[in-house]
Amino acid sequence: MIQLTVNGKSRQFDGDPDMPLLWFLRDELQLTGTKFGCGMGLCGACTVHVNGAAARGCLTPMSAAAGKKITTIEGLAVKGEHPLQKAWKACNVPQCGYCQSGQIMQAAAMLKQKPKPTDHDIDTGMQGNICRCGTYQRIRQAIKQAAGVKA
Amino acid sequence: MSEVIQSSRRGFLGQIFSAGALVLSAPLIPNFAEAQQAATSGDAKIWQSSVYLGIEPDGTVKIVAHRSEMGTGARTCLPMIVADELEADWSRVQIVQAIGDVKYGSQNTDGSCSVRDFYDTMRGAGAAARTMLEHAAAGKWGVSQEECEGRNHFVIHAKSGRKMSYGELVPLTSSTTAPAQNAVHFKTPKEFRYIGTSIPLTDLNDLVTGKGIFGIDATMPGMVYAAIERPPVMGATMKSLDDAGAKLVKGVTQVVSLDIAKPPYGFKPLGGAAVIADNSWAALQGRKKLKANWDLGDNASYDSAAYQKELIETAQKPGRVAREAGNVDAEFAKGGKIVEASYYTPMLAHAPMEPPAAVAEFKNGKVIAWAATQNPQAVQDTVAKALGIAGTDVTCHVTLLGGGFGRKSKPDYVAEAALLSKQVGKPVKIVWSREDDVQFDYFHSPAGMYLKAAVDDKGRPTAWLQRSVFPPIAMQDNPEERYGGFQLGMGWTDLPYPIPNLRVENGPAKARVRIGWLRSVSNVYHAYAVQSFTDELAASAGRDRVEYLLDLIGPARVIDFSKEGLKEDAPANPKFPFDTARLRNVIDLVAQKSGWANKKPGAGSALGIAAHRSFLTYVAAVAEVVVKPGGEVTIPRVDIAIDAGRVINPDRVKAQFEGASVFGTSIALMGEITAKGGRIVQSNFNGYPVARMNQAPLVTNVYIVASDAAPAGVGEPGVPPMAPAICNAIFAATGKRIRDLPVKKQLA
Repeated sequence: MIQLTVNGKSRQFDGDPDMPLLWFLRDELQLTGTKFGCGMGLCGACTVHVNGAAARGCLTPMSAAAGKKITTIEGLAVKGEHPLQKAWKACNVPQCGYCQSGQIMQAAAMLKQKPKPTDHDIDTGMQGNICRCGTYQRIRQAIKQAAGVKA
Repeated sequence: MSEVIQSSRRGFLGQIFSAGALVLSAPLIPNFAEAQQAATSGDAKIWQSSVYLGIEPDGTVKIVAHRSEMGTGARTCLPMIVADELEADWSRVQIVQAIGDVKYGSQNTDGSCSVRDFYDTMRGAGAAARTMLEHAAAGKWGVSQEECEGRNHFVIHAKSGRKMSYGELVPLTSSTTAPAQNAVHFKTPKEFRYIGTSIPLTDLNDLVTGKGIFGIDATMPGMVYAAIERPPVMGATMKSLDDAGAKLVKGVTQVVSLDIAKPPYGFKPLGGAAVIADNSWAALQGRKKLKANWDLGDNASYDSAAYQKELIETAQKPGRVAREAGNVDAEFAKGGKIVEASYYTPMLAHAPMEPPAAVAEFKNGKVIAWAATQNPQAVQDTVAKALGIAGTDVTCHVTLLGGGFGRKSKPDYVAEAALLSKQVGKPVKIVWSREDDVQFDYFHSPAGMYLKAAVDDKGRPTAWLQRSVFPPIAMQDNPEERYGGFQLGMGWTDLPYPIPNLRVENGPAKARVRIGWLRSVSNVYHAYAVQSFTDELAASAGRDRVEYLLDLIGPARVIDFSKEGLKEDAPANPKFPFDTARLRNVIDLVAQKSGWANKKPGAGSALGIAAHRSFLTYVAAVAEVVVKPGGEVTIPRVDIAIDAGRVINPDRVKAQFEGASVFGTSIALMGEITAKGGRIVQSNFNGYPVARMNQAPLVTNVYIVASDAAPAGVGEPGVPPMAPAICNAIFAATGKRIRDLPVKKQLA
């Protein structure tokens, strides 16, 4: 039996320990804000926080999530009012919106490491997250706005 | 405007609106193309009412979004138009997503036509409802209707200072009949409240909090999960299957077979062997253990490298003439200066971030599905045919789409879920893996193009021949079809240059994989060839590219293609004439905004320009590229000027062109699908890369020309100019002409 904490709640899992965290979140907990995009850690749509650091849900087996504190987009902030979520709305970032949970979770983890990111920091931090609609320019703008750095 | 009729309050709307709600529908106002279609097909169903709005007694206005939301903003922008004419308070509008139903008119959300085809209809629906509310208030007050005015959710009688809210008026509308066409008062553009303003997406909050429900998120009680092993080559048949290993996977409950699709492939599910499981992971793991033995069939000989050579060779030979003016051959024979070039663009996959996904239940002879689909009516048709039931027995609910780009117009994946549900007796969720998505796509055609021009002493063409060769989309209905048909109208036969001797041709190519439409379709390769060749001619003449491009387009004129040699009987569309003044204007604008005149090439850096009209919108793009010594290309800046007629939501339109800049960059720099032995070589974002943040243009500036012209398309037209603008910039920066995409193959 695997024990873990998801968005502050204690959870158990007794299935295949190789099952990626992504599918546990989506199929077992119905936390569908975390998306499937590639299954190989290539696109970042499934990005969540594991003990505060960004991780790809599709590459994190349940065995590795045991005992960890998991945060998903649903648990990032009360009422969805994380500074990044506010900035995302102010900049009208999303088009289809599918990748944006992962983008926001990745950006939130990055800002913990780099509270005042440069363009290079943003490129480095965010290049693992694909947006096929092409909202990168506004993602960059929103990150800067949330971080209070000059656009 | 057409007559507005009151619809039945039963059926679907009865479930949405409470009893007593005022419910209106407006019949679809045909645009020209649709009118033509109806006249020739005799199909009356598309003329049924298409727009619905209702007002609850509490004043809540409910507007039905009948088109799909895949990121373009259609679900927000069409209701904005209704709300504007209704004079509704946007904060009191609720948007309800329509199920698939012919009564809405076309719901096929592709071709950049949601606003273009439904602008008038939406206005009609809103204005008629407002007129009825004004009529009801006038009756209550015993005053003339002309003195009553709907304004921001109230009807006001200015003379007496009386007013009633829309909600209060709802009970009084029961005896009000729909107004005649000439009794409906429409607002003037100056009076528009929402049209022309940047209202945020109605789903914005859901999209940043993970609450938006996409196809992959939809659930049905008791559902099971499926993963399918499909024929690896188009036309392959299964000889045998060993499913013993799959059945041993924990969570796998059964393995069932699906009939292999036979041509024509249309939107049919491909068939194969399906692993049914308790969760997604078990289904995926079980599928990996399937051992299928295939008879690969004729398409096992498909090799995309050899096919590329064939396309280019075919483009060297005379093809079918689609447009001809003057005498190209006589002019070429005169022996002046000749410029010629061949171009190639590869197969592409759509790769929306959400792969195809749906859940469906077959029960008591009927199907209910929830799907990320661009076309819920095609879901009805496709599922009905697959299961041998009536289309009206298929209910398709439409979720948000995690991107579409044309892929999700083809509902093969929804039919898979429905067929499997019938077999297993439970609702079935199907989610394509990324590998499935890349390998079993309806691919964007590879294309070979050949262009040849005779030029005068100023470098202006006196004769121009262009020939394109690509496996056509029509293969879906007829696998033997080899010619482009309607696709030639996308950037090929509509060449806007007034050249006295002109011939436009199309050569044959047979499809070896499923072919489909991808964002801007044939405009991708046609614009690439024409705008690259234009740049080559300018370079050959040593002329400034912008000045040369404007010279080729010539003085402003409205083009009548039938008088300039177009062979097919393509009727001009009086609402959307090809007006080269508008094309010239966006070129002038983008040149000015990009600082074209003052930026000279240097140190591996330069600007490139391309201009193209597609989906009735005029677009000119300038790309600034930097080519590093190792061949790596970066794009610090893109400027795009557009004339799309009247714009409903400027911020969402800007977003579409910002996105097209990135999508076009993927096509130019890195996009390529190849095949060996009939199988697709790539399978995920490692082999089939798309632009990431550090590869995308750093900044894309979008300039929208203010216009009162009819609204045109915006979802697709930004894509076609990107690849030629980038490649023209690379030439200016390095002297290396890219005639074979993607760029990474040429410079790396």
